[in-house]
Amino acid sequence: MLRRRLNRLCGGDEKRVDSRTIYVGHRPCPDTEAFIPSKFCDNRIVSSKYTVWNFLPKNLFEQFRRIANFYFLIIFLVQVIVDTPTSPVTSGLPLFFVITVTAIKQGYEDCLRHKADNEVNKYLVTVLEDGRSVKKESEKIKVGDVVEVVEDETFPCDLILLQSSREDGTCFVTTASLDGESNHKTHYTVPDTEKDLQALTATIECEQPQPDLYKFVGRMHIYKPEQEPAVRSLGPENLLLKGATLKNTKKIYGVAVYTGMETKMALNYQGKSQKRSAVEKSINAFLLVYLCILISKAVVCTTLKYVWQSKEGQDEPWYNQKTQKEKDTNMYLKMFTDFLSFMVLFNFIIPVSMYVTVEMQKFLGSFFITWDKDFFDPEIQEGALVNTSDLNEELGQVEYVFTDKTGTLTQNNMEFIECCIDGFQYKHRDTWSEVDGFTVTDGPVNKLQQKAGQEKEELFLRALCLCHTVQVKEAGSEEVLTDQVDGIDEMRPQLEEERGFIASSPDEIALVKGAMKYGFTFLGLESKSMKIKNRENNIEEYKLLHVLNFDPVRRRMSVIVQTKSGETLLFCKGADSSIFPRVKPEEVDRIRMHVERNATEGYRTLCVAFKQLSAEEYAVADTGLREARLALQDREEKLIAVYNQVETGMSLIGATAVEDRLQEEAAETMEALQGAGMKVWVLTGDKMETAKSTCYACRLFQRGTELLELTLRTLEDERLKREEKLRELLQEYHRKAVQDAPPVKAGVTRSWSTANQDYGFIIDGATLSIVMNPQHEVDASQYKSLFLQICQNCTAVLCCRMAPLQKAQIVKMVKTSKGSPITLSIGDGANDVSMILEAHVGIGIKGKEGRQAVRNSDYAIPKLKHLKKLLLAHGHLYYVRIAHLVQYFFYKNLCFILPQFLYQFFCGYSQQPLYDAAYLTMYNICFTSMPILAYSLLEQHISIEILLDNATLYREIANNAMLRWRPFLYWTLLGIFQGLLFFFGVRFLFSNPALQDNGQVFGNWSYGTIVFTVLVFTVTLKLALDTRHWTWINHFVIWGSLAFYVFFSFFWGGIIWPFLKQQRLYFVFANMLSSVSAWLVIIILIILSLLPEILLVVLRKPRGPHSRQMAAVTPLSYKHLKERY
Amino acid sequence: MKNEGKSAQRPDNTAFTQQRLPAWQPILSAGIVIPGFLIIGLAFIGIGIGLFLTSQTIQVQEMDYTGVEKDSPCFRCTIPSNLNCTCEVTFSLSTLFTGPVFFYYGLSNYYQNFRRYGVSKDYNQLTGDTRYFKSRSPEEDCSPYSYDSNNNPIVPCGAIANSIFNDTFELYQIINGTKKQVPLDGRGISWWTDYNIKYRNPSPVNGSLAKAFDGTVKPINWPRPAYELDLTDPNNNGFLNQDFLVWMRRAALPQFRKLYRRITDGDYAAGLPAGNYSLTVHYNYPVLSFDGRKKVVFSNVSWMGGKNNFLGLAYLVVGSLCVVMSVVMLVVYAKFKFSDDDDA
Repeated sequence: MLRRRLNRLCGGDEKRVDSRTIYVGHRPCPDTEAFIPSKFCDNRIVSSKYTVWNFLPKNLFEQFRRIANFYFLIIFLVQVIVDTPTSPVTSGLPLFFVITVTAIKQGYEDCLRHKADNEVNKYLVTVLEDGRSVKKESEKIKVGDVVEVVEDETFPCDLILLQSSREDGTCFVTTASLDGESNHKTHYTVPDTEKDLQALTATIECEQPQPDLYKFVGRMHIYKPEQEPAVRSLGPENLLLKGATLKNTKKIYGVAVYTGMETKMALNYQGKSQKRSAVEKSINAFLLVYLCILISKAVVCTTLKYVWQSKEGQDEPWYNQKTQKEKDTNMYLKMFTDFLSFMVLFNFIIPVSMYVTVEMQKFLGSFFITWDKDFFDPEIQEGALVNTSDLNEELGQVEYVFTDKTGTLTQNNMEFIECCIDGFQYKHRDTWSEVDGFTVTDGPVNKLQQKAGQEKEELFLRALCLCHTVQVKEAGSEEVLTDQVDGIDEMRPQLEEERGFIASSPDEIALVKGAMKYGFTFLGLESKSMKIKNRENNIEEYKLLHVLNFDPVRRRMSVIVQTKSGETLLFCKGADSSIFPRVKPEEVDRIRMHVERNATEGYRTLCVAFKQLSAEEYAVADTGLREARLALQDREEKLIAVYNQVETGMSLIGATAVEDRLQEEAAETMEALQGAGMKVWVLTGDKMETAKSTCYACRLFQRGTELLELTLRTLEDERLKREEKLRELLQEYHRKAVQDAPPVKAGVTRSWSTANQDYGFIIDGATLSIVMNPQHEVDASQYKSLFLQICQNCTAVLCCRMAPLQKAQIVKMVKTSKGSPITLSIGDGANDVSMILEAHVGIGIKGKEGRQAVRNSDYAIPKLKHLKKLLLAHGHLYYVRIAHLVQYFFYKNLCFILPQFLYQFFCGYSQQPLYDAAYLTMYNICFTSMPILAYSLLEQHISIEILLDNATLYREIANNAMLRWRPFLYWTLLGIFQGLLFFFGVRFLFSNPALQDNGQVFGNWSYGTIVFTVLVFTVTLKLALDTRHWTWINHFVIWGSLAFYVFFSFFWGGIIWPFLKQQRLYFVFANMLSSVSAWLVIIILIILSLLPEILLVVLRKPRGPHSRQMAAVTPLSYKHLKERY
Repeated sequence: MKNEGKSAQRPDNTAFTQQRLPAWQPILSAGIVIPGFLIIGLAFIGIGIGLFLTSQTIQVQEMDYTGVEKDSPCFRCTIPSNLNCTCEVTFSLSTLFTGPVFFYYGLSNYYQNFRRYGVSKDYNQLTGDTRYFKSRSPEEDCSPYSYDSNNNPIVPCGAIANSIFNDTFELYQIINGTKKQVPLDGRGISWWTDYNIKYRNPSPVNGSLAKAFDGTVKPINWPRPAYELDLTDPNNNGFLNQDFLVWMRRAALPQFRKLYRRITDGDYAAGLPAGNYSLTVHYNYPVLSFDGRKKVVFSNVSWMGGKNNFLGLAYLVVGSLCVVMSVVMLVVYAKFKFSDDDDA
């Protein structure tokens, strides 16, 4: 919708061009042929969906696009048009109620959006116009306007930074409202722009609006009189995004490039695609069954009606003649209207209220997740977050868990552990534990036990200090730094230390801090020069020439700096696999051993290399980089090509090891998940050794686990090509894990029996891409299925060296595999977003890597350990609740409508309703809705503690166990049994309708009321039987609804209602109660219909696998529970 | 821990939000269910026996007088041309038929529960609102019993009123060859609320109920207009005629009976003594066209209403089922418990 609207708003003509040209300050440029102010959309933000005028039609249209609403609308219209047994009110009222409530809710939300839009659109901003500052409403900003923004203001549109009040031409922004990252980011002015913005004549060429927040390519042509126009490249570092806030900078000027709905913020506004839960699919399947039942009922009745009527005297007895109109109606038309009438009569079998109740259950139920104090993390002062309540029950159905490693299994709290310089290991002794000791006073130098050459050592430390993108935070940073240098042995609180540095990756901070421990302190970056305080407390200055940014494909980053003495140096750090091929092989061997050992200990390792660039080399690199940066198309590819070219022939100086500690209770959580029958797959970008050791630490792999490895290393074979080797290995593993494994009993029962050999599977990204895209297309499906089968038989799977997209690919592959298992992805970083979006349930961890994962997730929790309760307790309960809710709803409507259907056989198929219209309408709305809603919110058939203690209980509901066809059949049969019982029980009673002791007889409405009374009591008591967790709320609503039914019936039958056409129920209920026979038949029918249920409960109970253990703990008494808190 | 309370983000620690409301879990253990079943079963058997015995004491005299068979007394009345036909049905009672005796008429294969039939009335007329005598509230409801052939409005309109059961009966005890009329009481046969609240006559014009019906015609099948339904009792006319009210309360099933009279007065207050009786039937109501049957039923009632063996039998069956179940469960439980002990 939004997109279409956008296209219309912004005019299609410029859409075709793939770049736009902006005239800064609307000043024409000398050499362009003519100044054509192209049309861009204005800066109005429209997030609202409706206006006052189109609200009603548009909202109704959207609501009736839902298939259920549409169905009810049709039924309603049929009732209005055709002469039907029940008045249109019976289905119109609930529909009207549902539609109104939804419309009010959406209208209110839209009203809030309007308000928010107005606030943004009417906000006054300062625009430079003809040398004057003019205050303007934000919505009037046009592309090309030069806008002034002062500190702590948000940017009104996407701006290119032209001028900053800071001397070095930078400004700081936070993008907290955009992606939740609260750190300050540095943005740069376009180099060489005029100080006087009035004199600046320039055009900006940039790409068309696109939603990626971190991508921007553009080019600025600056025209100076009598000079060649200068061209400057523009990147994301020059672009200030609407919604971000200016910090630490007095004011800036920028030129608007994207406005209104074309800003990156607005383009990111689109909602995520809707995820549907498996329960919803079951509901739809059941609905289809019920629709078939409904239609076949109507068809049966219509057919029998005409068969019956064909008998002489039946069609039109003298006492009930037809009107002339009826006689004139075409026979087939009559049949059709009869069919429709029967449909209307039986339509209550598919109730509107089920949708309302299910939605209410989901909405209200999700509050229990946000309310849960166990999910509250005191560190970040936040609890769990529910982004969608549609998937609550899916949490109880998870079969595959895909977890990220860094930040999810581990804390992403990096600590520099050791380094290795030129083959010598330097372990930094833990000053923290020896604060009072004397060994630490000697200073950092002594801590290097075995020494490499002083020169190498310092080079390595300088490299650590220079090769990063860390910023020093201004406030108070000086103080922190001096403290650090003066008294190294003094333990600084963690918090203060962290305040000192800001970086996008915690590894970098750890490294800079690591260098600090050894005496090299990074002081900061000021106007392109980096300052370092070395061991002798002298300040060294380096001119920063280029930063070759980190990206996950290259897995390394570099800086090119110039020393005071004029040397040009390149420092590079990155993963061993990406560094080793680019350095001299003889240097590798000395360090590789250390790197591998560190990796197996679970540390994150990085290798550091350097290279001295000659002037020529640098010149080549410099032009290459500049050219690539200016490119408008394929800039990324071009840059990477230049990077790869520059980063060659380096010499390795050392490696670092950084520890990333496991999350609290990571191992216990993983164990619980596995115990619950879930397969845990670790998908990480990290290297195999590190990831493997994390897996061991998390007990995903155990000592006895046989690891099946499928990595580039195992594929290396002199005899065979990679792919052939791959096929060989796949087949071998398949034999091992699948064919030789003892036959698995269907589905769930696997892997807690310890007798089986456990297998763990390891694959890396490169191998995976061969599996996914082999050279010959034909092999693809074979490889995939082999791979999947092996994985499905392994207790844990580790996929390392994964690119973000590969993670999603794996999730998708499992998701679409046989049996379409329910998948869950959990991660904390931007690189997990794709898999979070791909999986059935996406869980974000409110970790350190920004908020993107949280924003895109369905549920967000502060810590990994919360996953256990989220799945085992909340998920399990939600599933049981909603499954019961759905089954119960179908059941109660079946036994509601079945007597009405049976009655047709006794009333000449004349569509005579059995129940009064009030009962038909109120049954689902009032009499039976509250108990099931309360049940579906509060039920704990097994208490939360037991669910948490016995992970295996989760298996009992696996594979949608409560919504399969068998339980559905059971409920349906129960409904049919009870419906038959209700109808025929009363039918036999009415063989003599003189039921009162004064000899008076009962009529048809008494009949219906007796059936209805039995019905309401039975379905409510059936729910009471199923309730395993009686709180006062359950008591209140169950007994309350029954009391309400009795009260309502008295009331409804006790007054002559002026608005009713016929007083059908007048005193019917009271008269019924005055008859002993009616009482007796009601009692016996209720008992008889509940009897099988009670028997089943009693006889089934002792047979359950956990009976004894559960029986020992489940009988909770009030007292018992009260003691606990 | 001190600042925990201050955080607005922190979830409330209440029993409700933490799903820790005090709760009670009912356990259907064998110890409860087996005695429970036994008690329910025994109680039901008790009630069943009571019901069954009560039902057995109720006397019923039922006679089909449709006249399908040639030798039946009312056969000649079935010929449609035979108007104002009277026939006589005789029966004899061997014992005293304890009073009060209720006199029902019964119809079968008669669908009072047709939907169109059921809505074919105008409730506004029946509450005595004369505004609706000439105009109908929903025009089509009463159709085709709304206007007669001369387009005069029919009051009361509609199929139900038009088809009122119009056979009348006189009951005689034959004592030594002479007929002694048994007085039939037509009061109190309809629901009290129907007679006193739900239905109302139009207020009489100049003291005459008939004037209130001015400008309307009687239903086509009626012999007399509504205000002359009962010539003997002026309070039993208009819409407040007991027979009319009984008829207006539609039967639930195609085979039904409706209360016609009660025998409560005079010599027969204690019941119908043993002897021979003759029932004179004024045969007006045609049922053979739709293969219906007519019958009369004499019955007395108990606290549970008329005779109905179903309820007593149902209680007996369910009661014994419960007892049997409790025994079965006891066996199963004992077996299970023993095996359980072996495990332990």
